[in-house]
Amino acid sequence: MKPNVLRLGSAYTVLILASILILFPFWTALSNSFMTEADSATYPPKLIPSHWDVQNFLNVLNTIPIIRFMLNSLVTSTIITLGQLLTSCMAAYAFAFLRFPGRKLLFSLFLATMMIPWEVTIIPNYLTVRSWNWLDSYAGLTVPFLATAFGTFLMRQFFMQLPKELMEAARIDGCGHLRIFASLVIPLSMPGLATLGVYSFLNHWNMYLWPLLITNSESMRTVQIGISMLQFAEVTAWNVVMAGIVLVLLPSLILLAVGLGRLVGGLTAGSLKG
Amino acid sequence: MDKSSVVPSRRALKQATDRARSRTRIPRRAGWLQEYSLAALFLAPSIALFGIFLFYPLVQSIYLSLHSTTPRGDVAKYIGLRNFERLFEASGFLNSLWVTVEFMLFTVPTSILLALILAAICRTHLRGSKVFRFIFSLPIAISVGTGSVIWMMLFHPTLGMPNYLLQLIGLPGIQWLTSPDWALISISIMTVWMNVGFLFILLLGGMEGVSEEIYESARMDGAGPMRTFFRLTLPLISPTLFFASVTSIISAFQSFGQINILTKGGPVNSTNVLVFNLYQDAFVNFRFGSGSAQALVLFVLILILTVIQFKFGEKKVHYQ
Repeated sequence: MKPNVLRLGSAYTVLILASILILFPFWTALSNSFMTEADSATYPPKLIPSHWDVQNFLNVLNTIPIIRFMLNSLVTSTIITLGQLLTSCMAAYAFAFLRFPGRKLLFSLFLATMMIPWEVTIIPNYLTVRSWNWLDSYAGLTVPFLATAFGTFLMRQFFMQLPKELMEAARIDGCGHLRIFASLVIPLSMPGLATLGVYSFLNHWNMYLWPLLITNSESMRTVQIGISMLQFAEVTAWNVVMAGIVLVLLPSLILLAVGLGRLVGGLTAGSLKG
Repeated sequence: MDKSSVVPSRRALKQATDRARSRTRIPRRAGWLQEYSLAALFLAPSIALFGIFLFYPLVQSIYLSLHSTTPRGDVAKYIGLRNFERLFEASGFLNSLWVTVEFMLFTVPTSILLALILAAICRTHLRGSKVFRFIFSLPIAISVGTGSVIWMMLFHPTLGMPNYLLQLIGLPGIQWLTSPDWALISISIMTVWMNVGFLFILLLGGMEGVSEEIYESARMDGAGPMRTFFRLTLPLISPTLFFASVTSIISAFQSFGQINILTKGGPVNSTNVLVFNLYQDAFVNFRFGSGSAQALVLFVLILILTVIQFKFGEKKVHYQ
């Protein structure tokens, strides 16, 4: 089978080349984070540290309040994720199972919100949050993001795939909507909740423009803003900067490793059939 | 997506039904009024939040764009369409419009093509394809903040590996971020790298949604992988591909972080994309009226793009 070998060979060549290109920036961050300052500033650039050194991680923890930054990001993205799961499940349930006047209209209104880019609303939102004295607060960082049209579609999609007979059986047994929602629909939609949860957490952990605008004090800064200020701060040594990067990347990478299966397919389903 | 994760197992179903049953004793039929009020209750949080943080700001943007504002953000006086006229008279805004289009053309086709090729190879269950899947998804975990800082080192004229490699093959080093000819290309390279993870996941998901039987019958008919890809996979995932291109174009128009961190719109405005220009105007120069006018132009552009894409794309898209 000559052509098969050729085909397999070229497939692997493409995969390996692409892997190198995609992994290289990660490797740069990782290897530099273990280098000494002299190592990371030599020419030609080194690929592997001459000896593996954890000093940088201690340095970065001592020079900037990175733990505080990460805590801020963790609190912010957790509140947003939980809030989005709640609001979108409730709205999705109403759209999927409840009958009320104006349902179609409201649903298209939800659809329309996906066409309004966040950047367009950022000036009035900034002014609103400032007038409520929410600058430099968790409320300012989270409340504007607690509802999501995308999440509503995704969850509605999952709800509609639940077997109809099950709902009917529950209703015949005299279950009210609240009970069906809380003890039937939600427990059965765990895969959907997981997809939305992983997606939402990653997205908001990585948020940049909004926290940049509304946080000024160092104690409220999120990790993305803090880390991008590293190279302007007193620490300009790349090895320390990269140690900070690795620390910040770790949670997202772990979450990705755990939740990748959920994301593949889950996102596609929500994006198309909603 | 694999069926088992969508459709709950029989046992889970039974447990859930039992749980629901055991807690209800009195048969209760929700009347229409109850159903309406429940719907209102369930929709209220989302509607309130959208109202305050999405629809009101949209209206407020229109209002602000028609006024001149004080640096505090208070309305000074009504000036009609003057903000918009100024935008299109000055070269700055038109330049950033063009830069944004260029940026979109550099990043969107490249990242989609790359993600498509990788997903197509990973779909066939090669040995080790799980590892490759993980590698290609990695950039989705990268934020614009961390990604930009890593690339700042890579783009460093002497410490960065790319320039060293160029020198190895006898080419002069490139001033990646400080040359007006290269800065936008550099930002685009970094952006393609960041986008590929999401697009890969999206397209792979689309390909896995095509049932294995279709591929099986193609194989039985003796179709090779190339033929299968172009005649079968591509048409079948066209809805996903379509969605991927719409979202990529929109997100190209929304790019901000990498520019703010890597180039600050420079050198000589060569990377001054729309959102960065808006940010400068509104939050550095405190011209909220002019900033709002730009935001509305951005909104209309994205709206037009979406509509064109849907009108044009719908016809070519094959829905199963």
